Amino acid sequence: MKFAPIQLSFAAFLTAGLALAGCSRDDGSSAATADGNHMSAAEQTYVAPGEKDEYYLFYSGGHSGQVFVAGIPSMRHISTIPVFSPYPGTGYGFDEETKEMLGEYTWGDVHHPALSKTGGNYDGRWLFVNDNANNRIARIDLRDFKTKQILGPIPNSSGNHGSSFVTEDSEYVLVATRFSVPLPKGRYANPDNYADEFNGMVSGIAIDPEDGTMSVGWQILTPPFNWDLGSTGKGPSHDWAFWTSYNTEMASSVMEVNASQRDRDLAAFVNWRKAEEAVRNGQVTVEDGVPMIDPSKTPGVLYYVEVGKSPHGIDTDPTGHWVIASGKLQPTTTVFNFDKVLAAIEAEDFTGEFRGVPIINYDAIVEGEVPVGLGPLHTQFDGKGNAYTSLYIESAVAQWKMPPWTDEEKADLNSVVLDKMPVHFNIGHLVVGGSDTREPYGDWLVAMNKLSKGRHLSVGPSQPESSQLISLKGDKMEMVYEAYTEPEPHFAQIIKADTLQPIEVYPKAENKDPNAVWSLDEAEVERKGDVVEAKVVAVRSRFGPDRIEAKVGDTLVLHITNIEQTTDMIHGFGLAEHNLNVVIDPGETKTVRVKLEKPGVFPFYCTNFCSALHQEMQGYLTVRPASGEVAQQ
Amino acid sequence: MTSFLRAEFRFLEKPLNGVSRLWLILAVAALVGATVLPLWKIHLVAPQYQEGLQLTVYAWKLVGGNGGQDLVEINNLNHYIGMKAIHAADFIEMKWIPFAFGLFAMLSFRAAVHGKMSQVVDLMALFVYFGLFSMGSFAYRMHQYGHDLDPKAPVTIEPFTPTILGTQQIANFVQTSLPMIGSLFLFAFFACLVLAIWCSRREAA
Repeated sequence: MKFAPIQLSFAAFLTAGLALAGCSRDDGSSAATADGNHMSAAEQTYVAPGEKDEYYLFYSGGHSGQVFVAGIPSMRHISTIPVFSPYPGTGYGFDEETKEMLGEYTWGDVHHPALSKTGGNYDGRWLFVNDNANNRIARIDLRDFKTKQILGPIPNSSGNHGSSFVTEDSEYVLVATRFSVPLPKGRYANPDNYADEFNGMVSGIAIDPEDGTMSVGWQILTPPFNWDLGSTGKGPSHDWAFWTSYNTEMASSVMEVNASQRDRDLAAFVNWRKAEEAVRNGQVTVEDGVPMIDPSKTPGVLYYVEVGKSPHGIDTDPTGHWVIASGKLQPTTTVFNFDKVLAAIEAEDFTGEFRGVPIINYDAIVEGEVPVGLGPLHTQFDGKGNAYTSLYIESAVAQWKMPPWTDEEKADLNSVVLDKMPVHFNIGHLVVGGSDTREPYGDWLVAMNKLSKGRHLSVGPSQPESSQLISLKGDKMEMVYEAYTEPEPHFAQIIKADTLQPIEVYPKAENKDPNAVWSLDEAEVERKGDVVEAKVVAVRSRFGPDRIEAKVGDTLVLHITNIEQTTDMIHGFGLAEHNLNVVIDPGETKTVRVKLEKPGVFPFYCTNFCSALHQEMQGYLTVRPASGEVAQQ
Repeated sequence: MTSFLRAEFRFLEKPLNGVSRLWLILAVAALVGATVLPLWKIHLVAPQYQEGLQLTVYAWKLVGGNGGQDLVEINNLNHYIGMKAIHAADFIEMKWIPFAFGLFAMLSFRAAVHGKMSQVVDLMALFVYFGLFSMGSFAYRMHQYGHDLDPKAPVTIEPFTPTILGTQQIANFVQTSLPMIGSLFLFAFFACLVLAIWCSRREAA
């Protein structure tokens, strides 16, 4: 980034002002960077017009059903990727292909995006996101930033919260159920008999290594705990995945009380390689088409580990040796030594079992309980030996030193808590770029806060969410920026921009749609019985044909090809009074189908501004009354 | 006067020495270069086309930049002003220019083998004629494209002639036309002929 002298002096003035304002408090916002330069927050986050951000930030959109794309360090929202909800802006959910993908649902609840990996690092191919509400999982192709597949509802399960967690070579996206239901699905059972009649599930969603196509590989039947969040192993823990749970009480009413009675809940340590093996060896039953493993009959697939009260996040560090779980109702986060986990399993050092599944001796595997603060939720890693834990109740991020610890440090783990940064307010997830890979970028942290409480221009009672950018470049955390989003980011992923090479037009040669036409001469309308089918060309600045004739009762099928091959030469097709708008990117063909039920003349027009004569890019659908009635001439 | 004509006749009868014949062989090589390398480029830059749109002219083909897409884009834009679409197939020059280059190569060989000064002079005269005719034809074609505008076009602009050498502003575009390396080879061809003549200027007739 380059700065004109006037901007520099302005920035210096700002910094001086901030220094004065901040002289009475120590909130860690010192402006010293690792290289010793004194850079203001404004300088660190300023991306000049025409310049580009260094990282992509993929926010989950929560119950908006979408994924938001922003840049770091500017935090500017760049685009929205619709996944589980129709989005007229890109015509998503209006054409036949995306309508079929959405199925019967018009919303989803996106919680945890996960980037595909090769060798434990992001490969920039796909982004997977879960739908907590309708128990689905979706794959976004990062070549064109489009949703390509929605899998689900996943059989034999409900409430896909504990995902998306991708294994080191994208073998699987691993998912676990937050809500348990009676199985097989569709069966009635009284929730009073929750413990006996309901079940949870861990599923291995296999990913085709070539094209990313997802399929349900296998499932592991579990008690009806509410599986919460998880992570996949790395290196020594490559074959493993971990989930926390709440409600080991197996309550089914007044959950906030009844599911908060035990001091410790059980986390699941799952060996997915062993699960694969069980499927290969036929140690499964097939339920609703899916090989299902009963972990009590297949030793080695599942172990339980006790974790402090009602835990939420469980995160594996970049080395794969340490697993960090946080009990949200206790002020510490627990560090498990994975090498000791393997040793305890080897030595059968168990303290009991639950429904035939061993519970590993907590004391044998715990490295320490770090007093990070109140309401610890999630932990991220910078790859430089530090961990960052979000503190919901305390509304802060704690920075602490990862093991190995000295004896002195172990004696008082308060000493490994290095820094705290207040956030505004009530942080949920946080993300450090590449934290779930072997090589985190480790320079930026985004705190995703649940409450913004009027820090922004007031927009009435429906408040946006706040996200704050914290620099990890210095010794201390430094708060540098905040931005607001639509509801509601849960987790996010950060990837270095140059890892992705998105296309900007669909090459004509790749368009395999049999109904695509590439010149105005080829455009045609054909009637086949009650179906009027047209191959339509969209090009600056006209539709060909621009007159389509039909009658009431016909089904209109349009295959619209945007024959442009120029970046950003996008055309829309909106049909008046028919609830129809599709947007066709350069080189793309989209098919729409609409039943014509009312007579009249209906204009259609280009909805996505394209050119100087965009307004003129329009035509007419004429619908005559059904035969038998007299057409008005 | 008579003595001048006689001197000229004697000059044309001069044999070509080894060095001159070598220059003629090199002239053939220069023609090969001019055939395979781009001769001319037309580059268009506008605020919304910062990276520019490019047309590259070869002896035998017209190539749009960006995998041919730039030509499609130029035609797309030109339809607003009612300009005829530019199609490579319309340029009949591109059929006969490679043939002409072949002919010049044959004549260069002929002169190199026969070793006659008069053949080199003939060749040079033909080439100059060819060069002037080609440039004129190219300029006329540019003029036609810029003047044969559809009166029903959405945007009415003053007829114009795209420049064939240099830079000019056309609406929101800055158009630049410049020779490329192939043209340098054509110049080299001409230079080889001059050198072939020069090196044998003192040979006994």
